[in-house]
Amino acid sequence: MKVTAKDVESVAILSRLELKETDMEKYTKHLNAFLEYADVMTSLNTDGVKPTDHVLPLQNVFREDVVKPSLDRELALSNAPQREDGYFKVPKILED
Amino acid sequence: MRLFDKPAHVLHDMLVNKEITAVELLNDVFLRIDEVEDQVKAYLTQTRKTALEQARLVDAKIAKGETIGFLEGIPGAIKDNICTMGVKTTCASKMLEHFVPPYNATVVEKLQTQNPVILGKTNMDEFAMGGSTENSAYFPTHNPWNLDCVPGGSSGGSAAAVAAGTAIWSIGSDTGGSIRQPASFCGIVGIKPTYGRVSRYGLVAFASSLDQIGPLTRDVTDCAHLLNILCGYDAKDSTSINAEVPDFTKSLVKDIKGLKIGLPKEYFVKGMDADVERAIRTAIKKLESLGAEVVEVSMPHTDYAISTYYLLAPAEASSNLARYDGVSYGERVDGIDIVDMMNKTRSAKFGEEVKRRIMIGSYALSAGYYDAYYVKALKVRTLVKQDFDEAFEKVDLIVAPTAPTPAYKIGEMNSDPLKMYLQDICTIPLNLAGLPGISIPCGFTNTKMPVGLQLIGKPLDEATIIRAAYTYEQSNEFHNSIAPLGEDKK
Repeated sequence: MKVTAKDVESVAILSRLELKETDMEKYTKHLNAFLEYADVMTSLNTDGVKPTDHVLPLQNVFREDVVKPSLDRELALSNAPQREDGYFKVPKILED
Repeated sequence: MRLFDKPAHVLHDMLVNKEITAVELLNDVFLRIDEVEDQVKAYLTQTRKTALEQARLVDAKIAKGETIGFLEGIPGAIKDNICTMGVKTTCASKMLEHFVPPYNATVVEKLQTQNPVILGKTNMDEFAMGGSTENSAYFPTHNPWNLDCVPGGSSGGSAAAVAAGTAIWSIGSDTGGSIRQPASFCGIVGIKPTYGRVSRYGLVAFASSLDQIGPLTRDVTDCAHLLNILCGYDAKDSTSINAEVPDFTKSLVKDIKGLKIGLPKEYFVKGMDADVERAIRTAIKKLESLGAEVVEVSMPHTDYAISTYYLLAPAEASSNLARYDGVSYGERVDGIDIVDMMNKTRSAKFGEEVKRRIMIGSYALSAGYYDAYYVKALKVRTLVKQDFDEAFEKVDLIVAPTAPTPAYKIGEMNSDPLKMYLQDICTIPLNLAGLPGISIPCGFTNTKMPVGLQLIGKPLDEATIIRAAYTYEQSNEFHNSIAPLGEDKK
């Protein structure tokens, strides 16, 4: 077992997911099965091989800094779960 | 006379020759939807009212003697991960249950210049994660050839609608096979263009370096016409390729004499269905008899492609799906502070497979594992791509199965995600290498389930794929078979 329940707990925190006690066991099992499977790949010799993070030979794509029409504020806020005075509204971020 | 069972190019000619009106055509497709949609369940949202308005406009144009474009008045459907302004776009997720995009995806803008008739949004695996459409948070879609079977996925609704005659054409997206595999399972044509050929602007991101939009159609002719509409550079997508787009209908010629086609032995995997293998081998013989030269090629890293993909795609997904935080759009579940709200929202609104992939991705990207898993996978991706580069020094095209099996029973694969991932062995390598690939019908199993043949091309060489696919298609009748569904289909 590569991954322990404690690892799963910290991955869940990174992922902003709350797992139930009963789910912990399931995800630990899944993650271990998956990593065991991934070992097929990790055992391959890749010395001197360059990583491909993108198939296109693109570097930075620039454009001229010109003003163009953008989404209207009302439209941009139209799907907001909560809004106030033209802003997105969220629960408190800082402690009292 | 029923109309739903005809391809777009036939219907287009009928409209031009005034044999039918766009409203008549639409009403026939509506009737078909009424007849079979409760069994197939391809649609998440139907837009009948605007569809009727669109059809009327086209009829008015024809009545005035104006010429119409290929897609004008032809009813089609769009996968629910492609943003449609004013029409709900859920990604088949509870997270986006009420999301109404305030803008159109570039492909939707391009389609709308053609005045098509949009029937609605099609079902899919949640956030396109899956190969069966069973991961939809709403309901599974059924295969029109056998309602007990899956239609494939993740573009299962798009494929099932075209196969069932509840849409004449549709748009899907393909991250690891999500256009080609459902096309194969449903007996229709589906193409994943070269990465960057079609703008991804407005496609809800799953794995950005792998995602590509493409059409699903009844035959290769319709596919070529749809590609003409969808392809092209878009400044709004920084990974869009600024390359000339040929007229793909010019490739609708019956001629593959002298074409060199590579046959990778690694794609005929252990556990491959015998009927599928027979259909593929017969199709390859047919390609030879039509004048192609088939030679064996080796793709030694094929076996590593799946585990590479299932590390890279979740890694990209874990990053892309971080945006679902309950702040600016999507659902929110209240919490005591902002972090609690985010945790509660994501835990309640993401489905099981999505959570599993986010967890795998977060793990692979986390400190201590980044080099061992993520960077390692990027290096293996290079090797997979090199296999293709070397093969394409010798051949013009590569031929392979689209999937190792026909459509399987709903629920059959649920217990074992890894077994399900193996289904993607023939489609995933193309996404890793960014290559174009088509799936076309090439026969049936003994139980009358469709089998798909995959043709893989060089980067930006969709034209050769279309030419070979068309030549093969015109040598048989498979594309004329329609799913045996509904009492009065003719």
